[in-house]
Amino acid sequence: MSKTNGISIGRRIFNRIGTYGRSLVIGVPLWWLIIFFLIPFAVVFKISFAESLIARPPYSKLLEWKDGLMVLKLHLSNYGYLIDDDLYILAYWSSIKVAFFSTLIALLIAYPMAYYIARTTERRRGVLLMLIILPFWTSFLLRVYAWIGILKTNGIINNVLMSLGITSEPIVMMQTNFAVYVGIVYTYLPFMILPLFTNLVKLDNSLLEASADLGASPITTFFKVTLPLSMPGMIAGSMLVFIPVVGEFVIPALLGGPDTLMIGKVLWNEFFSNRDWPVASAVAIVMLVLLIVPIVLMRNAQQASAGASS
Amino acid sequence: MKKNSWFVTIATTLGFAFLYIPIISLIIFSFNKSKLVTVWAGFSTKWYAKLLNDPQILGAAWISLKIAFLSASLALILGTLGALVLVRFRRFHGKSLLSGMITAPLVMPDVIIGLSLLLLFVGMEAMFGWPAGRGLTTIVIAHTTFCMAYVAVVVQSRLVDMDESLEEAALDLGAKPTRVFFDITLPVIAPALVSGWLLSFTLSLDDLVIASFVSGPGASTLPMVIFSKVRLGVSPDINALATIIIVVVAIGVVIASTQMKPKKVS
Repeated sequence: MSKTNGISIGRRIFNRIGTYGRSLVIGVPLWWLIIFFLIPFAVVFKISFAESLIARPPYSKLLEWKDGLMVLKLHLSNYGYLIDDDLYILAYWSSIKVAFFSTLIALLIAYPMAYYIARTTERRRGVLLMLIILPFWTSFLLRVYAWIGILKTNGIINNVLMSLGITSEPIVMMQTNFAVYVGIVYTYLPFMILPLFTNLVKLDNSLLEASADLGASPITTFFKVTLPLSMPGMIAGSMLVFIPVVGEFVIPALLGGPDTLMIGKVLWNEFFSNRDWPVASAVAIVMLVLLIVPIVLMRNAQQASAGASS
Repeated sequence: MKKNSWFVTIATTLGFAFLYIPIISLIIFSFNKSKLVTVWAGFSTKWYAKLLNDPQILGAAWISLKIAFLSASLALILGTLGALVLVRFRRFHGKSLLSGMITAPLVMPDVIIGLSLLLLFVGMEAMFGWPAGRGLTTIVIAHTTFCMAYVAVVVQSRLVDMDESLEEAALDLGAKPTRVFFDITLPVIAPALVSGWLLSFTLSLDDLVIASFVSGPGASTLPMVIFSKVRLGVSPDINALATIIIVVVAIGVVIASTQMKPKKVS
């Protein structure tokens, strides 16, 4: 913040616009998020303790008046249900596993790409960055759909393999976990490349030169200098992939098979097929609890990189 | 500037191939004569004709465009306000709450946002009678909420880079804060506002999960219609639709990047 006369510009504007203007400017975005982002979580939390009913809305009230007394009825059964039925624990576990491995694969693919873009000529860098961002602007659903045509039994890969005589039988790839991994890594790759690039492009070349001057091989330099310095970018990219993938619904629904268990799909089915809103809410609450650690990690990485750049 | 090694170059080439082969295959097979998406049977544009005569798709596309326009515009206002307040005001009640909430929707899984907003809308309807039923309004509210996070991030980074002495000078010369904002701040951050709005527009146009939760009868968005069609199997008219979207987006991105390059406002 620049301070020409000891007071920041923000402070000066803050003082000038008056209490009314201030509460308006701050209050509008703040209250919008409180009402449409924060309170909804409280509602989910509340309904996760309700009982499923065949009614409109399909859940019981927590507070009831009985003989002039207010009665609080908490049903822990939804959470008990999540523990008793293997399906849910397996789905959470397999979501975390899928998210972990797809984050790792995305990191391995994204790193050399981000590294290349960060170190290429200015002109080419602009074009390549545009090519990374371009798919992100086109429909996500349709890009996942594209993989169906490529992976299915009479799809492009099998047609090529069979016409080259590499296999005589088509390989089953659709409706497998393999297809889910391909779809996830494919869609989330730009989210990994961009933070990595932002980090690597800031890398001070003189550090690499110093390392080379002191006799380190390029590989040693990479592992001792570049990799540790790119840690914030790696963490930010990994969290941007990991967190949404845990709750991913579209990719397992389109590319996965009936035995592809992912918690996003389970929540969707609980809600849309079984119409059990309380159980769906409990599923969401447990998912949120599992995601708190990675979300905090990401915020810290963001703050670290914001602090480093200013 | 050191040269990239052959390993990095090959890995990058393969990475770009991975990103673009599906898109290219979508485009090629949209011109396929055969109904079998993956077997080439000659050039044809009949799937485009079929698409443009499909009232269900056209209707859904119109609904989606309306929702995207409204949510992007609302998200632009709310997200810009949020970014301004967070960057310019040092301390106020609820600052950490606001900064925490404003970026959280970026990573929050769609199913959670969708479910939580639906439950809110149902609860609000029971308590206040608003929103009566679900449809366009509820989708716009939901999309605004997650799009404003993207706008805030884009505008925030622009504001941090901005030279404050311009605003300073205007204030010193006696301009009112609102005047400073409209005459100086706004033009400087305009590129960020444009990209924030466009980003919100495409994200809204693209969303399936949140819209499915908070939508009601009669308000099926384009992704919802595509999803129900795609679940039944591949069909070439979806390829045609994808090609149209890709071409429009590609033209837009190329124009935007060539327009924004020459004048570098610091």
